[in-house]
Order: sequence, then C-alpha cells, then structure tokens
Amino acid sequence: MSVTVILFWLLSVLALGAALMMVTSKNPVYSVLWLIVVFFAISGHYILMNAQFLAIVNIIVYAGAIMVLFLFVIMLMNLNAETEPQKNKWLKLAGAVAGGCLLLVFVAALRQTELLKLQEVNMSGPTGLIRRLGMVLFTDYVLPFEIASVLFLSAMVGAVVIGKKGD
Amino acid sequence: MSKMVYLVPLFPLIGFLINGLGRKQLSKSLSGMIGSGMVLASFIVSALIFKETVPESGPVTVRLFEFINVAGLNIPFEFLVDRLSALFLMIITGVGFLIHLYSTSYMHEEEPQHFARYFSYLNLFVFSMLLLVLGANYLIMFIGWEGVGLCSYLLIGYWFKNKEYGNAARKAFVMNRIGDLGFLLGLFFIIQQFGSLTYSEVFGRAAIMNSGATILTIITLLLFVGATGKSAQIPLYTWLPDAMAGPTPVSALIHAATMVTAGIYMIARSNILYTLAPISQTVVAVIGLATAILAATIAIKQNDIKKVLAYSTVSQLGYMFLGLGVGAYTGAVFHVMTHAFFKALLFLGAGSVIHAMHHEQDIRKMGGLAKKLPITHITFLIGCIAIAGIPPFSGFFSKDEILIGAYAHNPVLYWIGLGGALMTAFYMFRLYAMTFRGSFRGTHEQEHHLHESPWQMTLPLIVLAFLAAVAGFMGIPELFAPDAHKLEHYLEPVFAASYKIQETHHVEHSTEWILLAVSITLILIAIIYAWNRYSKKPETGDATGFGKILANKWYVDEFYEAIISKPLNAIAAFGNKFIEKSGIDGIVNGTGKSIQWGSRQLRLLQSGQVGAYVLWMVLGILLFFVLIIFI
Amino acid sequence: MPINYYIILAIALFSIGVMGVLTRRNAIIIFMCVELMLNAVNLLMVAFSKLHYGAVATFNPYASTGTDAQVFVFFIMVVAAAEVSVGLAIIVMMYRNIHSVDVNFLNRLKH
Repeated sequence: MSVTVILFWLLSVLALGAALMMVTSKNPVYSVLWLIVVFFAISGHYILMNAQFLAIVNIIVYAGAIMVLFLFVIMLMNLNAETEPQKNKWLKLAGAVAGGCLLLVFVAALRQTELLKLQEVNMSGPTGLIRRLGMVLFTDYVLPFEIASVLFLSAMVGAVVIGKKGD
Repeated sequence: MSKMVYLVPLFPLIGFLINGLGRKQLSKSLSGMIGSGMVLASFIVSALIFKETVPESGPVTVRLFEFINVAGLNIPFEFLVDRLSALFLMIITGVGFLIHLYSTSYMHEEEPQHFARYFSYLNLFVFSMLLLVLGANYLIMFIGWEGVGLCSYLLIGYWFKNKEYGNAARKAFVMNRIGDLGFLLGLFFIIQQFGSLTYSEVFGRAAIMNSGATILTIITLLLFVGATGKSAQIPLYTWLPDAMAGPTPVSALIHAATMVTAGIYMIARSNILYTLAPISQTVVAVIGLATAILAATIAIKQNDIKKVLAYSTVSQLGYMFLGLGVGAYTGAVFHVMTHAFFKALLFLGAGSVIHAMHHEQDIRKMGGLAKKLPITHITFLIGCIAIAGIPPFSGFFSKDEILIGAYAHNPVLYWIGLGGALMTAFYMFRLYAMTFRGSFRGTHEQEHHLHESPWQMTLPLIVLAFLAAVAGFMGIPELFAPDAHKLEHYLEPVFAASYKIQETHHVEHSTEWILLAVSITLILIAIIYAWNRYSKKPETGDATGFGKILANKWYVDEFYEAIISKPLNAIAAFGNKFIEKSGIDGIVNGTGKSIQWGSRQLRLLQSGQVGAYVLWMVLGILLFFVLIIFI
Repeated sequence: MPINYYIILAIALFSIGVMGVLTRRNAIIIFMCVELMLNAVNLLMVAFSKLHYGAVATFNPYASTGTDAQVFVFFIMVVAAAEVSVGLAIIVMMYRNIHSVDVNFLNRLKH
C-alpha cells in the first residue's frame, strides 16, 4: 500500500467524518469549524491529485475568507446551541431518509457504468499546476475572468445594500 | 266531394288552434260557437261525402303529400274514403257535434279560459279521431290513434287540480300506452312482412296468403293488443270506468263517438287479416265475450250513475269484439253506430241529471226525477230500452245480429252472450228505476233546485233519442223482410274479401225465431223485475256478500296494483335507492367530494416552510433519477 | 486511484450536504451545507479532469487536457464567494427583522 493510497483513505475518512460532524453538531460555531476541517481535507485531495492551484485557492477562499465570514456573522448574532429550535422529528427523519436514498440511487447508478469502473485517475502530471492554469486563465478565459471581477463588484454592492441598516 | 275530404279533419283542427291559442281572449259564447261550428261544418262535409258513397262503391284515395319515403318504404299522407270510413265520419262528426252543442251549456260554469281550453281539446279529439278513421295507411291511423290517447288524457284530467282526476288521466294514458306498444309492434311486423303500410297493398298481399299463417296471427294479435287498450277490453279495460273523472260530455264523446270505437274500426278495417288468422279471431271473440260478461256483472252493483254507464260501455264493446271475432263484421259496425247513439244519449242524459242534481252522481241519493225532468226522463228511458234490446229500438237489431252470428259460430257463445244481455237489461233498468222512479232521496235543497236543462242540452237528447229509436231500421234482419238490411249492402264492398273466404253457417229461420222469442222474453222479464224491485225498494246501503265483490269490480284494480304496480314500484324504489342514490349519485358526488378532499390534503403541502419544499424537491429529483436510470 | 472512489466520496459528501439542508433549521448551517455540496462537486470535477488527462498522458505528457475543468472549478469558487457575501448579508437582514435565523419562521411563501 503506497503512501498515496494511505493518504487518500485518511483524507476521505477525515472529510466524511468532519462533514457528518458539521451537520450534526448543535452549536453553529462547531459546525463552522468542522466545515473548515472538511475544506482542508478536500484541499488535501487536490494536492494528492497534483492540483496545487485549486488546493491553495480552496484554503484561501473557502477556509480563509468564506468561513471567517460565517464565523463573524455567527458571532455578531450571538447564536448558540440553545437558540436553535428543534425541527419536527418526523420531518427530520424524512430528510435523513431522503438524503440516504439519494446516496443509494447515485451509488446504484454508478454500478451500472461499466466504463468508469476500471479507469485510474492520474495522480501526477502537470494539469492543475499554477503555471498551466495561469496561462489558460489569462489567455483563453480572460474575458470570463474580467467578468468575474464585475460579479464581485456587484455582489459587494448587493451585500452592502442588503446589509445596510434602516431603509 | 270526396276529393275535399281533407276539409273534414281540417275544420276541427282550425277550431282547436283558434280556441287553444286565443283561449285568454275569446269569450265563452264565441269559443263555444267556434268549437261547435267547426264540428258542424265537418259534419256537413261528411254528410255530403256519405251521400256520394251510397251509389258509388269504389273507394277514393286522396293523396295530400309525400310523408315518409326512405329505404324502399313509401308512406304517403293520404286519406281513404270508402263506405266504412264514410259511415264512421258520420258517426263521429254527427254525435260529436251534438256533444259539443251540449257542452256549451253543460260547461257554462267554467271560467272563459278553461272553457276555451275545453273546447280546443274537444276539437283536437275529434280531429284525431277523424285522422284515425280517414288514414289510408296504418301510420296515419297510428297518428290518430296516439292523438285520441293524448286527448283522452287531457280531457279526463281536465280538472287537473283534483289529484284523483289527474291520476285517472294518467291511468288512462298508461293503459293506452301499453296497448299502443302492441299496435306499434304490429305495424313493424306489417312493414317487415308486406313492405308497406298502405291498406290496399297490405290487404292485397295478405289476401293471397294461406289461412292461418303464423305471421298473420302474430300481426293480428299484436294489433288486437292495441285494440284492447284503446277499446277497453280485458285486461286493459280498467281505465275506462276511471275516465269518468272528466266532464260528462267528455265521457259521452269517449264512449260514443271517438276513442273506444277506434279498436273496432281498426279490426273492421283489417278484417281480411283477421279472417285469415282464425286463432286471432277466436281470441278476439273470447276476450270480447269475457269482457262483456265481466263488465256486466260489475255494472250491476255500481252506484255511481256514470260508472254504471261506463261498465255498460265496456260490456257493449265486448259484444262488438265478439261480433268481430265470429266474423259478423257488419253486425259489429252496426252496433258501433247504434251504440254511439244510445250511449251518447245515456251519457248526456246522465249529465243532465247530474247537472240538475248539482254534481251529485250517486243514484242512491236520486229517485223520482221523472216528473221534474220530463225530457231527460223520456229520452233516458228510450236509451235504456235501446241498450236493453227491445224491438223495434236500435239496440235490438245490432245486438241480435251479433248474437245470431255468434250462434252460427258456436251456440255456447250465444248463450253466454245472452246472459250478458240479460244482465245489461237488468242493470240499465236498475239504474233507470233508481234514478227516475220511486221517491226523491236527496237533500231538500237539491230537491228545491231541480230543474229541466236548457235547450242546448235537451236538443241533443231529443235528436239522439230519435236516432236511438229508429237507427235499427237500417239493418233489419232477413228474417223479417228479405233484402231489408241496408247497412249490410252498404258495407258489402268493405268486407267482401273476408266473406268470400269465411265459411258461413246459416242459421235456420225457425231456430232464429225461437232464439228471438226466448231472448226477448227473458230480457222483458229482467226489465220488469228490475223496474219493480228498484222502484219500490231501492238499495240505499253498501252492498254485502257477493255484491260487495261486484261493487268492488272483482278487485281487479287491487289485483293489478298488487301484481304489477307494487313490484314495479318496489323495483323503482330499489333502483332509486341503490342504483341511483348510492350508485350514480355516489359516483358523481364522490368524484366531486374526492377531488375536494384530495385538494384539501394537497393544500397541506403548501406549508410555506422552505424545509418542506426542499424535501419535496429532493424527492422529485430522486424520482427523476430512478426513472431515468432504472427504467 | 480508481475514479470510482472519488465519485463515491463526492456522492457521500453531497448527500451529507443534502441531509443537512433537509434536517437543519438554522439558515447559516443550511448555507454551509450548500457550500459543502459545492465542494463535493468541485472535488469530483478535479478528479474527472485528472482522469481525462490520464487518458492522454501516455501519448503526450504535456497535453493540456483537463485544464478547462480546473478553470471551471476556479470560477465556481469565485461565484460561491460572491454568493456567500450576498447570502450572508440576507441572513443578517433576516436576523435583524425577525430576530431569528430559523427558516421555519420564513413561511411567507404560504401566503
């Protein structure tokens, strides 16, 4: 068993366990922390697949910026475990069952796809290196990239307008 | 003149339209004049036509227009004028006019609107009957046939605000409908067998068939079912006595001139078919005789003046069918004519009595009216003598002809028929004696107001009494004078084909004399007994013992009620309760209710909660995945 | 690693996200679950990109196959960041108005 395989299983278990903890923990602050763990695990997967750029971006944007934003909001509102009201038990169960069914259906669907079964993922190779992606991003995808900045601008304006106190 | 025959039914139709449409505008005298005048006009035309048919024997067909022409079946709208229809025209319009005239006075208490309605119905009745008689094919006859059924319904239920009268009208209508179904089926069989409904073609094609052919028996029996309904024979006779619910002149019209003679006319018209179907003839004769006897027994114990007359009509119609059944067609038609006179006379006389007694119909409360109502009394007496069969009044000749015909066929029929004739004499004179003889048994107030009726009522009585007295001389039997039977010669062309086929047993003259003597003696004894008994000691209480059964009409109505109406009602109630209410209604209401219920449940889905919506969304995605991936 | 493993991992993460959306009432947690689902998809996308690269790598190790997918993941992250900023602003406003982040109080859709 190579190091890659061991790391893969380790990271997978970590991601799934952290995700479950995120969903089940009562305190939103814990949820945020568990979600950050999930993001780190996913970033680890990216690194395993030699997608270094995305791994870094994932940590900076998600684990760094977005989750901090979440944390700020939660702290500003002073939420804690006791304030969250309990959902209807049956509805909760139905939601869990529905999610489980979704999982089952997807897995069952996967079993039917013979082609994908044996194909290996290339764990090395230059795809996903910053150099490669930077070239593509600033040549072929330069227009969407610039438009993305406009999107950010509008999102910022929107957030300010919505979050503004009063009218 | 025969070409103008369409005028005969046209006049009453115009009268019907004027009176029916203008009933709110016309005054009583005007609508009475229109109603009577139209029938008088058609009587005059009929008389002219009748005069023409006496020397000429050939039938005249008057085609008015193409009526039905489809798929090889051609039914023109045409009238047939021959001696039989001409004779019936005379009876219908003549007697009909007298009844109209009588009605103008009898109905004078009615409001103008209803008065005009009454006359429009009367005219429509006469029109339908004329159509029935004049039609040159069975379809036109059927139109008239249904028309008289409808008019009888309208007139019996004339006082429709009285529920009982309405029920009587409905009963008449339903009974007639049962018969009409048979008639209609008969017509279908005729079309199937002969490919036509026109008399000349049907009879021409039937005449060359073998005697006793099954199809002819079926056709004639079905037509006879129609006749039993219309002419009130067993088993469909019970409507006629109940038809007394209508005004008295209507009863006279139904019983004498129109409606009930339709069955006789139909069989007389189709005589060749019946002659070729001996089984049907026997059925007709037996049913006729049975009806004659049954109705006579019932009449003995009835206390309503009109009911007695009604049962006597049923009984006399039975004689006519007996005549038709034994092949004495002339005798039957002859009896139709004499019966029209004396029965119209009796009914109008009864109407006069009822009028004088202020709508009292129970003969137990009358008596001694002879002095107060002299004209009514004399004419009523003539009617009674005529119906009882005393020579030389008309009833004697016609009834005797039928009975002699029956004797020639089978002596047993004669003796039973004579028994019925004795009962007829007995109950008629019981009626006469209780009404006009003895002492008055009504209230003082009624006695005080007793009066003779006005001329519009007495004139028809006198005319009809004259006719009832002398009409018999049209058919003097050969026994008295050779070749004196004018009616037989007159009608010979109509029945010629049947008489050719029929084996005729001639009764010896000596036998005939003996039979005559016996019957007249017995009838006289019955009359004298009844006269004496009921003049001195009239019945006042209710009948007991066997009389009670007779007074209750052998419980036939109750019997029908029990075996037909009750099960039908039960089935209908069952169907209403289970099939209609819980079945059909259940489905209809259930659809609405289940949709309402379902939408109420579905509405719960719109909880407004995002979580629930998301859940549904996920379930929907699941469903789509399952559908796409696995199916 | 076989691609199956990555697919199943992504599916599992996505389903956990769905379960979270369905079972929790706290708007912020639901929002986080949405982010988790996005990340599961991103992971899958990267895995497929490497799979496609692997298919041509034996002939041409310098091929650019699969790069587009990673650019796409990048854009998803960009959009997710924008979405989070607006979404959190909405949640803040909601809390200011009804003093709760419970989605069940937001049943205006019923009316």
